[in-house]
Amino acid sequence: MFYRESGQFKTSYQTDQAIFPIAQDRWFVYAILAIAVFVVPFYIDDYWANAIFLPFLIYALAAMGLNILTGYCGQLSLGTGGFMAVGAYATYKLMTMFPEMNFILIILLSGGITAMVGILFGIPSLRIKGFYLAVATLAAQFFLVWLFNKVGWFYNYSASGQISATRMVMFGFQITGPEAAPAVKYLFCLGFVLVFGLIAKNIARGRIGRAWMAIRDMDIAAEIIGIKPLDAKLGAFAVSSFYIGMSGSLYFAVWLGAAEVGEAFGISQSFLILFIVIIGGLGTVLGSFLGAAFMVLMPILLKNFMVDGLSIMAVTAKHVEIMLMGTMIIIFLIVEPHGFARLWQITKEKLRLWPFPH
Amino acid sequence: MNFKKLATFAAAAIIATPLFATGAKAYELVVPSLDYRTGPYAPSGIPYANGFADYLTLLNEKGGIEGVKVKLVPCETGYNTKVGVECYEKVKDEAPSRSLVVHPLSTGITYQLIPKASSDQIPIHSMGYGRTSAVNGAVFPWVFNFPATYWDGAAVFVKYIGEKSGGMDKLKGKKIALVYHNSAYGKEPIRTLESMGAKYGFNVMLLPVDHPGQEQKATWLQVRREKPDWVLMWGWGVMNQVAIKEAASIRFPMDRFIGIWWSGSEQDVLPAGDDAHGYLSGAFTAPGDGFPLHAEIKKVVYGANKGAGEADRVGEVGYNRGIIAGVYFEEAVRTAMKIHKTKEVTPAMVRDGYESLNLTEARLNEIGLPNFAQPVQISCDNHAGPRKVAIQRWDAKAKKFDIISKWYDTDREITDALIAEDSAAYAKENNITPKCM
Amino acid sequence: MLFLAETVISGLMAGVMYALVALGFVLIFKASGIFNFAQGVMCLFAALALFDFISPGGFMDRWFGFYLPIWLGVIATMGVMIILAWMIERFVLRFLVNQDAIILFMATIGLAYFLEGAGDIMFGSDVKPLDIGIPQGAVDFLLDDYGLYIEKLEIVAAVTATVLVIVLAIFFQKTRVGRALRAVADDHQAALSVGISLHSIWVVVWSVAGIVALVAGIMWGSKSGVQFSLSLIALKALPVLILGGFTSVPGAIIGGLIIGVGEKLAEVYVGPFVGGAIENWFAYVLALVFLVFRPQGLFGEKIIERV
Repeated sequence: MFYRESGQFKTSYQTDQAIFPIAQDRWFVYAILAIAVFVVPFYIDDYWANAIFLPFLIYALAAMGLNILTGYCGQLSLGTGGFMAVGAYATYKLMTMFPEMNFILIILLSGGITAMVGILFGIPSLRIKGFYLAVATLAAQFFLVWLFNKVGWFYNYSASGQISATRMVMFGFQITGPEAAPAVKYLFCLGFVLVFGLIAKNIARGRIGRAWMAIRDMDIAAEIIGIKPLDAKLGAFAVSSFYIGMSGSLYFAVWLGAAEVGEAFGISQSFLILFIVIIGGLGTVLGSFLGAAFMVLMPILLKNFMVDGLSIMAVTAKHVEIMLMGTMIIIFLIVEPHGFARLWQITKEKLRLWPFPH
Repeated sequence: MNFKKLATFAAAAIIATPLFATGAKAYELVVPSLDYRTGPYAPSGIPYANGFADYLTLLNEKGGIEGVKVKLVPCETGYNTKVGVECYEKVKDEAPSRSLVVHPLSTGITYQLIPKASSDQIPIHSMGYGRTSAVNGAVFPWVFNFPATYWDGAAVFVKYIGEKSGGMDKLKGKKIALVYHNSAYGKEPIRTLESMGAKYGFNVMLLPVDHPGQEQKATWLQVRREKPDWVLMWGWGVMNQVAIKEAASIRFPMDRFIGIWWSGSEQDVLPAGDDAHGYLSGAFTAPGDGFPLHAEIKKVVYGANKGAGEADRVGEVGYNRGIIAGVYFEEAVRTAMKIHKTKEVTPAMVRDGYESLNLTEARLNEIGLPNFAQPVQISCDNHAGPRKVAIQRWDAKAKKFDIISKWYDTDREITDALIAEDSAAYAKENNITPKCM
Repeated sequence: MLFLAETVISGLMAGVMYALVALGFVLIFKASGIFNFAQGVMCLFAALALFDFISPGGFMDRWFGFYLPIWLGVIATMGVMIILAWMIERFVLRFLVNQDAIILFMATIGLAYFLEGAGDIMFGSDVKPLDIGIPQGAVDFLLDDYGLYIEKLEIVAAVTATVLVIVLAIFFQKTRVGRALRAVADDHQAALSVGISLHSIWVVVWSVAGIVALVAGIMWGSKSGVQFSLSLIALKALPVLILGGFTSVPGAIIGGLIIGVGEKLAEVYVGPFVGGAIENWFAYVLALVFLVFRPQGLFGEKIIERV
């Protein structure tokens, strides 16, 4: 009833190619943005920031990165944890070597360094495909974790090999460190996610994104119509790693504050991000957000519901939680293998006709 | 898609409930337990969590600490750092007293929480794990790591080896291998061992084992080739059991194989069966359930069906560590109540309690734990208390550990220099001016 | 020289242990194109179930007041794995026919979660020493007389693996079901058109994979005790799998041997110079090097691409 396009005429190419061509969508997104920017910061506290919003935003950023590689370009990667580690350790080294450096610049540089590492490990993708490539990216995962664990230079030779973020201040607000206000940390991450979300969306629907999708759908055919697989694949690895590196940087510096490579960037991290991408929807930017929201919120909801709501013992609740997570993943895949983004689209289609579907 | 919205509302409500559901009740002493009863390390986490919970239950059955009841708030971390942080944020402001102290129960989570808890003004007690240089209370006013640190463990093992070899001077030219979990935790003793090696002239051979450590053939082949005189182990989880089995297979003598205390519980040796007979490990509590307190727990707690675990597992090594953590907490709260002359203590007061803690032999006897652990006295310049470690040996026939040595002092000359260096580095990195509170 | 021999033999033996896990992956991938990440958890689950059947205080003991002898326990566990396979087909796979490989892969991760949680709830999280009479420790006379160190358990594992591969080969080549399996592996639709039921074939292949998981679970469980970490051996099997090729049973065995020997040699001879603990990533890098020359693995089916 309310979701009607009738009467909205596109009179220029510009309006026709807008990201949200339908007015209601646009208003909806503006409303969410307004809430995210003007309402949430006033109510956010440590728990909401550290347990929900920061992980959500940071995982969403990482998922966008992996989505570029896996969803748009079709290259399955299980090295996400390792690439996040590159971002985090680059940030740590830059922070300690140049304490005066602008923090935003540090994060961008960390992303850049990760992009270079990503290209390096992306080279085998020119020859290896599918699951074989996935396991090859695991080589990157294990090697990088080993490297950061072993070479003292990366963690400034501290006794235990832990890295901890130094205090970073921008515009008079402390962004990292334990005293940083939750609202500041949240807005900082939100800014990154919004800007780079917009960039990702535009890359994906432009020339480069189309080249990636052509490679994904069939790389030989893509080559024949004049797309260079070398450029497209390595480009995807670079852009994807750039995003993942930035998210690793935020993950370490803003959210956790301290990290140990084996634990924070282990293989389970790679799987988690892959989950987010698949549950959210491969090849959609929106899916990265929906998937991240699901994977961050669901365990906490289940835990709080079972422990506080039903008074189940914490340990049983944890086991049940793992089982339920597994069951839900399977059910979602059965109901909608293309993820939340596709569900959202279907909902919109239905809404157009609602309440008179005939 | 109305049900989706409904679900969202329900979800929001569920998250929000714990935030608002705080009624006015009698004052209680909140202590969270960030335990791990799931995941790969659950076998080590369960006994500890049970011991801690049972001791607090016993306290409450007896009327609480100075008449104030203790409220235990468990939160399952699965030994996962990220979940640990979520747990901490969830429990830290738990009404009515806020969390009086946090036991992170993982070296990784401890590192994560040190800056956070310090700025939230909540003390951390990382009992025999975590950041060793927290011994220096001037840099780490909110962190306590008594009764012993990893570096003390390493120093004591070297002393024990020296004694068995017939004097520290006999260590010259000996070869000591360290088999360690390739993580922050496992790397802790390396510096101490290397410094001591330089001092006493023995060689240190480093053998890292990657998580989880089910396959250690290569490691033990190297032990076979290099033939070290002693093997020390900083292992965790399945790595311990496999290492002990492999050591037995290559016929490495068990009486020359010493594990740190986290590699020395029943769960680590039982799967290796008879092979593990004679395996040594460090200890800061006595094993077994032969103490009056254990009888009392069995009667009062398990008799009333309020036990957290099974009655026949009372007295396991991990369980006893849970008990002693509970005892330390109780005494710290008592001390805090005495210092601040109030029963409604806050985390900051409990920190003062921990810092002035003086747990005497007599008090341990009174609690029902004679000769169970070393008396503890904490001060600002020593947050690690006695720093004494004993060696325990596994008896595979009787299926129990026995303390077989005296309590060794740490090597202060070596460890204190390392602690000063590491804490100074931390202070510099984080702009802390060392100062006693 | 002797030490080199010892390292190589240990590597071969470790390789066999990896291959046991990898076999299960291969069977399922061959028949259904599913990369079954839950294989590691299935090993854990099978070992847990077996332990529960044959120990005092376990499931049988609590409900019926007695527990099974080992051989009966093994058969009962096989039964459990077959039921599990049927349930997986009935409640998961049936709904996911014709989906992308990556979706099926995700579904098996969901399955792994489910089994993990279920295993913990049903059997508890303690370490369970699984002893079904497999000899432990070094082979004494070799160690005493020749100074050569080989573990008995691993010899048993090697023999078991050999028997297993022979049995599987006979099953695939000589039986009716085996032929149907190969037909499905070659071409789903052609198999369907000649009247082979895809559903029942999937149940069969998952059952076989479950039984292979049981064998791997017994071997690894005897080695390190049955506990949660057992599910992580899947990660050790992955490089074996890529090296050998996803679709080849002999590939899994030979891949296992190459990876085993390679990583042990690297760890023992190169490890000390770079700080050790390199075997985990070295296995992957080794596999990667092979892949660069043969992108389908050593024995995998040649990937033919057409526009």
